Amino acid sequence: MYAFKFERPTTVRQAVNLLAKNEEGKLLAGGHSLIPVMKLRLASPSVLIDLSKVEGLSGVEVTPRSVVIGAMTKHKDVANSKELQAVMPGLAAVPGSIGDPHVRQVGTIGGSLANNDPNADYPAATLGLGATIITSKRKIPADAYFKGMFETALEPDEIITKVSFPIAKKAAYQKFKHPASGFALVGVFVSKRGSEIRVAVTGAGANGVFRVPSFEEALKKRFSPKSLEGLTHTAAGLNSDIHASAEYRAHLIGVMARRAVAAANEKGGAED
Amino acid sequence: MLPVSMTVNGKAVTATVDPRTLLVQYLRDNLRLTGTHVGCDTSQCGACVVHVDGAARKSCTMFAWQAEGAKVTTIEGVANGEKLHPMQEAFREHHGLQCGYCTPGMIMSAIDMVNRKGNDLDDNTIRHELEGNLCRCTGYHNIVKAISAGARAMKG
Repeated sequence: MYAFKFERPTTVRQAVNLLAKNEEGKLLAGGHSLIPVMKLRLASPSVLIDLSKVEGLSGVEVTPRSVVIGAMTKHKDVANSKELQAVMPGLAAVPGSIGDPHVRQVGTIGGSLANNDPNADYPAATLGLGATIITSKRKIPADAYFKGMFETALEPDEIITKVSFPIAKKAAYQKFKHPASGFALVGVFVSKRGSEIRVAVTGAGANGVFRVPSFEEALKKRFSPKSLEGLTHTAAGLNSDIHASAEYRAHLIGVMARRAVAAANEKGGAED
Repeated sequence: MLPVSMTVNGKAVTATVDPRTLLVQYLRDNLRLTGTHVGCDTSQCGACVVHVDGAARKSCTMFAWQAEGAKVTTIEGVANGEKLHPMQEAFREHHGLQCGYCTPGMIMSAIDMVNRKGNDLDDNTIRHELEGNLCRCTGYHNIVKAISAGARAMKG
């Protein structure tokens, strides 16, 4: 690991100023993606700006129409939120599937979204619900936020402070885990909020998370796994590696989407 | 180099370290608490699990300075003098180990598991919760038995 300095700001403003001042600076949240890549010398920040002392970045707040999660809220606290489980169990289930118990005690939603790992789970939920990423300077809709593998719309001196998820009557995530790493080989998040249907896929795309318009159209007619029968996703543009070919991942998108719709119907109440 | 202070196993400690020093290096190299192991060094195997302010953490994936002011418990700190912690005793009784390399992390994770999930743990829960701890010898069977018994014994 290359040498670095570190800072421990206590306000978002201080953290933003430190980011602006240090071009090679990086924010440290849970650190379970950043520290391993620093060990591998794939990242060499000059300054680590530790967000753990910044006040007011943690918590899950449920309002009548949305769930607002602070950027530094740990996976276990989102997974265990009774309020969230009551209004949108499909979202609460997402962080519970990340990593292992030790990772969930430190990993954060803001860290996951800022990193935008192409196999991460939160990007699927964020895009699959049409959430809004609230930063130190603006609000970014999920559709404009994810820009490719490890790429986001965040500017160099911008910090995620919260994520606002609209409450969908039906929402569920289904993940086909890589058996060793536990990362999503393919994960599909589906939601239905009024007439808005979203299907978001993680793990499969060479450019990270993406939506599947043809599945969304089919589900608009009837939000049922049956609506997706016979529909396939192209293997073009999907990842292909020793773990799974692009064709296999394409097949899994259909399977996981149907399972997610079934789970959403089960967990999200009766069809309307 | 900077001084980093914390409470480890109930004792106030300070050491002057490079910012790159991981918590596990601080514990092993500076404090000579070598019960906490480094297995994979990539936050997967769980041999390095310690408790930081009451929560199980992989000490290979945090810097020592992140634990400034924290209360850290390692495997050396769970026994009561000569009397083993009930979870340690259960691992001994049920032979929940072969080579023993993963055992400190297993026990620290098991105690954390009981703290979070209670004393009555079914095998399925235990196996699921052990996702972050790898053992390359035992096949986990006796580890699961040990944790189940240790969890009940922790009720006192």
